[in-house]
Amino acid sequence: MTKKNKTTVITLLIIALLLVVGPFVALRGAEFGGSDDAGSEMISEITGTEYEPWFEPVLETAIGGELPGEIESLIFCVQTGIGVGVIAFLIGKFTERKRLETKYPEIAEKEDAEV
Amino acid sequence: MSKKERRVFSTLLLLVGIFGVTANASAMHIMEGYLPPTYCVAWGVLCIPFLVLGFRTLNKQVKESRKSMTMIAMAGAFIFVISSLKIPSVTGSCSHMTGTGLGAILFGPAAVSVLGIIVLLFQAILLAHGGLSSLGANTFSMAIAGPIVSWLIYKGLKKAGVNKKVTIFLAAAIGDLFTYCVTSVQLAMAYPSAQGGFAASLAKFLGIFATTQIPLAIIEGILTVIVIIALESFAQRELKLIHFAD
Repeated sequence: MTKKNKTTVITLLIIALLLVVGPFVALRGAEFGGSDDAGSEMISEITGTEYEPWFEPVLETAIGGELPGEIESLIFCVQTGIGVGVIAFLIGKFTERKRLETKYPEIAEKEDAEV
Repeated sequence: MSKKERRVFSTLLLLVGIFGVTANASAMHIMEGYLPPTYCVAWGVLCIPFLVLGFRTLNKQVKESRKSMTMIAMAGAFIFVISSLKIPSVTGSCSHMTGTGLGAILFGPAAVSVLGIIVLLFQAILLAHGGLSSLGANTFSMAIAGPIVSWLIYKGLKKAGVNKKVTIFLAAAIGDLFTYCVTSVQLAMAYPSAQGGFAASLAKFLGIFATTQIPLAIIEGILTVIVIIALESFAQRELKLIHFAD
């Protein structure tokens, strides 16, 4: 990675972090519920009655209730972990490959010929 | 499809499925049972041609070169990570990003519809997030409409000679935001306000979904640019395989 790109990446990561932390710190005491819940409240407001969903989530029917919060965050963390795992594995593989190919240009020539 | 390719493709689908199983966020998709049946069917039917085309695109890509699998996996994994992160926003609500912009830029919008629907399907079944009944509508907004906008912006700005990083940022960010605008339109069509009708409802839903999404769209743009920088630095060969590299 070029030095210029490194600077760009670090700067961008800092901006992204500030965008996440900013609202959280600025809006003290806000609930930070899901915007989909806010959406269903809006449906009730528009229709003027408490909206009754016509179809129940199959999971809730199967376990006979809502998914417990702790289990939800467990599954949620597993998801993030697997996704990051795949990305980190591939980027790691590519990084090491590039290092080897810089050291032994004949490998790169052979690989490029196949493309 | 040869036996080998079929195996590769089913492995890929399984892999995508596994990520999908674990996907959860207080997702901002339309919830189960919240969209009237006629709308559910209509949006679902609208998705079918895109899915068929997407399946063909991915199939062709894998047929052309098996090595392009790594890039498909990368685009898929990015959607899973990105759509699992619930981010606090300026409205005091949380939402999550879509992650579909990267796939749209790399493979075109049709291919993303396949990756997207699998995530949505598993979320709907196993996490009561989004819904089976609203699957068509959610697929259309997140895996079709958003990616199409991302792709159009990417192609357009690239042709106009705009800086590449800026192009990618705008494509991913606006595509993300557009997804939630489509969600708002879908809800407003199903629930027009008694006074003011469709337009009044749309304004209300946009106020919730789109406003919440603005900072998140910026973050998605930033993260997509970072991934592309990483790929261009270390995976030029794969980018050539999928005809992305200049």
